[in-house]
Amino acid sequence: MGALTLTNVAKSFGSTDVIKGVDLQVNDGEFCVFVGPSGCGKSTLLRMIAGLEDVSGGDVKIDGVRINDLAPAKREIAMVFQSYALYPHLSVRDNMGLALKQAGVPKAEITQATDKAAAMLSLGALMERRPAELSGGQRQRVAIGRAIVRTPKLFLFDEPLSNLDAALRVQTRIEIARLHRELGATMIYVTHDQVEAMTLADKIVVLRAGKVEQVGRPMDLYNDPDNTFVAGFIGSPQMNFLKSGALGLQSDTLGIRPEHLRLSRGAGQIPGRVSHVEKLGGETLVYVNTDTHGLLTVRLFGEHQYEVDEAVGLEIDQSRAFHFDAAGQRLR
Amino acid sequence: MSQARHSPARSIAAHAILILYTVIALFPVFVIVINSFKSRRAIFADPLALPTPGNFDLVGYQTVLAQGDFFQYFLNSLTVTVGSLFFVLLFGAMAAFALSEYRFKGNTLMGLYLALGIMIPIRLGTVAILQLMVASGLVNTLTALVLVYTAQGIPLAVFILSEFMRSVSADLKNAGRIDGLSEYTIFFRLVLPLVRPAMATVAVFTMIPIWNDLWFPLILAPSEATKTVTLGAQVFIGQFVTNWNAVLAALSLAILPVLVLYLVFSRQLIRGITAGAVK
Ligand SMILES: Nc1ncnc2c1ncn2[C@@H]1O[C@H](COP(=O)(O)OP(=O)(O)O)[C@@H](O)[C@H]1O
Ligand SMILES: [Mg+2]
Repeated sequence: MGALTLTNVAKSFGSTDVIKGVDLQVNDGEFCVFVGPSGCGKSTLLRMIAGLEDVSGGDVKIDGVRINDLAPAKREIAMVFQSYALYPHLSVRDNMGLALKQAGVPKAEITQATDKAAAMLSLGALMERRPAELSGGQRQRVAIGRAIVRTPKLFLFDEPLSNLDAALRVQTRIEIARLHRELGATMIYVTHDQVEAMTLADKIVVLRAGKVEQVGRPMDLYNDPDNTFVAGFIGSPQMNFLKSGALGLQSDTLGIRPEHLRLSRGAGQIPGRVSHVEKLGGETLVYVNTDTHGLLTVRLFGEHQYEVDEAVGLEIDQSRAFHFDAAGQRLR
Repeated sequence: MSQARHSPARSIAAHAILILYTVIALFPVFVIVINSFKSRRAIFADPLALPTPGNFDLVGYQTVLAQGDFFQYFLNSLTVTVGSLFFVLLFGAMAAFALSEYRFKGNTLMGLYLALGIMIPIRLGTVAILQLMVASGLVNTLTALVLVYTAQGIPLAVFILSEFMRSVSADLKNAGRIDGLSEYTIFFRLVLPLVRPAMATVAVFTMIPIWNDLWFPLILAPSEATKTVTLGAQVFIGQFVTNWNAVLAALSLAILPVLVLYLVFSRQLIRGITAGAVK
């Protein structure tokens, strides 16, 4: 009761193509995250699914029914926005109940639905307040509550955590994951933050410039990226890219994650000098300047002492290295 | 930056300039009001003197209230102003919403076309307007004035309001669409309340020229039943003799209703002018 199918979906604003033919299958109950750099068309794609933006080409289907020309309110979807978008003149209760009221649901049922959603998000004490009287985190919980009340086939989230501070972001992220488990509903979540994508998703869709680069489970993308873009985008700190030629290899580029580079004092396979050290307690990030490969990042677990400008050597764990051709495609 | 803003010297200078401007702007009004309470002889003897018990005279007000139907003139002015204001705000806001919210062919061109009216004075079209009103039998009706003033006010309203409407959160409107609100509900319930300060700004800038206008009442609706206050006051200005007491009293009275309307809008107005400037 909430499977989404996109077939060759395209969108252009005037002469600029923003979405260039996207094919995607999101199964019922799946948590799907669209991730990609700012401006790649994530929001546009989400808004097309919501019906807020008309589709220039292709088909959008929910449960096999083509909904290209259906009004947003008729699509049985709910959306949570980055800016919360609560109705400023309505109380929390009325904000949450508005959609049902518009649909002509009896008052008693609306109250029941809003109370249930409020209990799930512990909003009980705030029900009679106006949005202006709430904190950012509370506002976003109300916005999520407003979505839940509708019991939609599809939940759409557009960067819902971007306006929250770091601590609240983690907390709300966990809350959204819990809601997904409890409701078992299909959710589509847009973010530019790969950490959110990795932690929430059943399925990640990596977008770049209006095209899907790769679709897969978080660990599939992490361990088996199709190209340099996905390899660089997923995982933090970013994957290191080295020139294969300088290492005597056939491929064009070699990718290696910071935790798979071995660091030794003095000379090594790749000589370099420490340019900066970040100590995070649980791990230490060492940035090493090399002549042939530029700045490389090494991730060491635990605390380590390195001095800036110290001569070090790097060694590649070949079993964990990825190889790419000149166009950035993975060589397997 | 914040230090400079709060420095006393700057603050005094700013206030001095503002006070000077206020004095200059209010001086003619002040002269009109004080002279309206003086006898004719005292007006001419010393126009700038305050009324004293010796020359205090309400003859102007008595004449105004006795002669002609001044109450009717007031009512006409008020009807025309409020009526035009209503239509300017309603249609101006709706056009602004359409221009800022919907993408359609010729959107920018339409916006420019509507804004053109700000630069071209409607009085240039007086002859054509008069012909139009004669042909449609609207001469000597308040409807004629309301129509003309609505046309006159809409360009500025569209221009200002579309700028403000662009700043209303797109997410909010979209949330409304997903919740099943109609475009009209989104416009009236979500967007209009958020641009209220801008509406007040437009209201004030629209209202004052309408209330003060002499041109169109004189040309389109000079009959006794449709005279506005400004036109009504002209009966006291003759070719040979002018009843200054009555003219000044009529003008003083004419200030009151606009003043009331202004006070109604002014709280919103200040927010409108400083919106964006002060967070
Ligand atoms: N209404 C619009 N008109 C023209 N271009 C737009 C419009 N909306 C978005 N775009 C363009 O589409 C691209 C994708 O935008 P968006 O989907 O918001 O990106 P994202 O959410 O991934 O950051 C951007 O380059 C943006 O400039
Ligand atoms: Mg976006």
